[in-house]
Amino acid sequence: MAELSEPQTMRTWRVSTLANPTAFMRLSGKLLPWLIAIMLVLFAAGLTVAFRAPPDYQQGETVKIMYVHVPAAWLSMGCYTIIALSSAGYLIWRHPLADVSAKAAAPIGAVFTLLALVTGSLWGKPMWGAYWVWDARLTSVLILFFLYLGLIALREAIDEPGRAGRAAAILALIGAVNIPIIKYSVNWWNTLHQPASVIRADGPAIAPSLLWPLLIMASAFTVLFVVLHLKAMRAEVLRRRCDAMIAVRVRGNAAQESAAGEAMSHV
Amino acid sequence: MKTIEPMARSGISPTRATAVSAVAAEGLACQRGGHIVVPPLSFEVRAGSALILRGPNGAGKTTLLRTIAGFLPPAAGRVRVSSPKGDASVEGHLHYIGHTNGIKPRLSVIENVSFWQRYYGGGGDPEAAEAALDAFDLLDLADYRAAHLSQGQTRRLGLARLLAARRAIWLLDEPSVSLDAASTRRLETAIADHLASGGIAIVSTHLDLSVGEAAILELSRAQVLQ
Amino acid sequence: MNAFLALIERDLRLALRQGSAIGTALGFYLIAVSIIPLGLGPDLALLSRIAPGILWISFLLSAVLSVDALFQEDRDDGSLDALAIGPLPSELIAASKSLSHWLTTCLPLIIITPLAGLLLNIELDAVPKMVASLTAGTIGISFVAGAGAALTLGLRRGALLLPLLILPLFAPFLIFGVGAMADAPGAFVQSILFLLALSLFSIAAMPFAAALALRLSLE
Repeated sequence: MAELSEPQTMRTWRVSTLANPTAFMRLSGKLLPWLIAIMLVLFAAGLTVAFRAPPDYQQGETVKIMYVHVPAAWLSMGCYTIIALSSAGYLIWRHPLADVSAKAAAPIGAVFTLLALVTGSLWGKPMWGAYWVWDARLTSVLILFFLYLGLIALREAIDEPGRAGRAAAILALIGAVNIPIIKYSVNWWNTLHQPASVIRADGPAIAPSLLWPLLIMASAFTVLFVVLHLKAMRAEVLRRRCDAMIAVRVRGNAAQESAAGEAMSHV
Repeated sequence: MKTIEPMARSGISPTRATAVSAVAAEGLACQRGGHIVVPPLSFEVRAGSALILRGPNGAGKTTLLRTIAGFLPPAAGRVRVSSPKGDASVEGHLHYIGHTNGIKPRLSVIENVSFWQRYYGGGGDPEAAEAALDAFDLLDLADYRAAHLSQGQTRRLGLARLLAARRAIWLLDEPSVSLDAASTRRLETAIADHLASGGIAIVSTHLDLSVGEAAILELSRAQVLQ
Repeated sequence: MNAFLALIERDLRLALRQGSAIGTALGFYLIAVSIIPLGLGPDLALLSRIAPGILWISFLLSAVLSVDALFQEDRDDGSLDALAIGPLPSELIAASKSLSHWLTTCLPLIIITPLAGLLLNIELDAVPKMVASLTAGTIGISFVAGAGAALTLGLRRGALLLPLLILPLFAPFLIFGVGAMADAPGAFVQSILFLLALSLFSIAAMPFAAALALRLSLE
């Protein structure tokens, strides 16, 4: 990217440029091909082992939805953790890459959450006879989905990017603090209304022959998440660079004139 | 750096209005929405002095005032308040009157002023609230709801809080808009009294407002004229 | 302290002077409660069983819709600027607003809840439990709603966005608020304790988030 020629004094106070994303772009660019390769290997291995594993005596082949559902549920929580950490980093240190990370992760987390909900519903239908039974875990994941939607909606609704980033960060932290409370409440609610013999959402204790494929698939999905997140972050960095360049093009001449004339403020 | 001192007065010491001896901007650059709106400038306004901000629309007068007030973080530099006890921040020493008045139509005229007086720590002294209204010729409207006031009267009521509780630094953004000549004189008197008791005023205005021998800061050129 | 009380007093006076604000919240609450039997049918036994849930949900919706204006008017007429440079830190300004909201919106709704419960054929001995659970939980709701209002302050589409943001956060309040009415032994005490804990936590934590958001909106 061509560097913009500006008076040196201007550069230090331009609040909209990224601190130093160049290092990030370089590193992520080098890392991505390796990560994609690892991910493909893991998926290949995981899917092979998954389809070779014996069907569950109670649920038949449908138990294999678990290989998508469980990792998706784990990742929906993990992604929110990343958003919460990035948001805290942004509010405390104001590092723009933290904001980029939080912004990029939200839609990805929402999709993983939706995936968990849909696969959970499909898995549940043959077991319980209904598509949605308001069991504790699915309900918590549903509320998590709304938290993601709220993050995305809030960012969309605020025009000014600085304010949008910080508002979304505040909301993410409010949500993060509330998630344990929500999970506890939903669990309590569930036991209140469905006492005793409820089938746990992930079935009876997982047999070892099912465990290994699950772990491999979980690793595969995790690497997938990392790949998607890095790619989304790179796209966001490029988008912001474009915005900054457009801003200079549009306002730059006027700004440069006044800066050149009055950079020395003494009279 | 241009220092703006009280002109043609002697023996002014910070008295009741102030624990503040000067307000200084040091290399202060102001930003809004991520864009630099005011390039770095420096000035110092001493107790008993005023600074007038001039400039065309969009030159950044409001942004500069809001940055000094602390609503906007500066893009560079800082605002320093000097007091006999050492350096301080602007917190607790300010009155800021922007384009809007901070007036509640459903409260009466006197209730509006009394609230600000109480809020800013002026105590519940009803005489002080009445004196503030009187200075802006609103005393006989005291019990009417603020909703009934004209635009000029509402502006005067908004300005009245300057007198309801004493604070050292006045930041005024176009204070005399919608004021008639008589009311403008009253405002000028209020500012003059404030300066005489050692206060500081930074006023942005494009209308004629005489505040004695005030320094002028032209914002499109960032030079301190006079 | 004087400034905090002055602000609460002003907001109470404003709310009382504009009777329509409280009246509208009460009206909405009653309409929401009334419209549900229209949808479900007048089966009194059914209504009586689900009355706590309906009351709590209608309460939450009324609270959410009334909190939008919490800061908006002050921002529009310049009061928020003047409040911010006063002696109160933004956290206390936000706390005072949430407290005023509870006093002017939640409290009247709590008082009218027995009447609303009558519409749903609520059991008489459930009424004191209902009032207790609302009193314990709605203070926290006002504070959570205050943080939401601060975050969406000044946004054009804020009115729709605000419910989306804070209703998920209301879920624990709703769960335990209705749980207090459950038949399970010890459910009442456990629920009330949890509601109190939630409320205290919200009172302590939400003003900080709201203050950050308020400062953002001043820029």
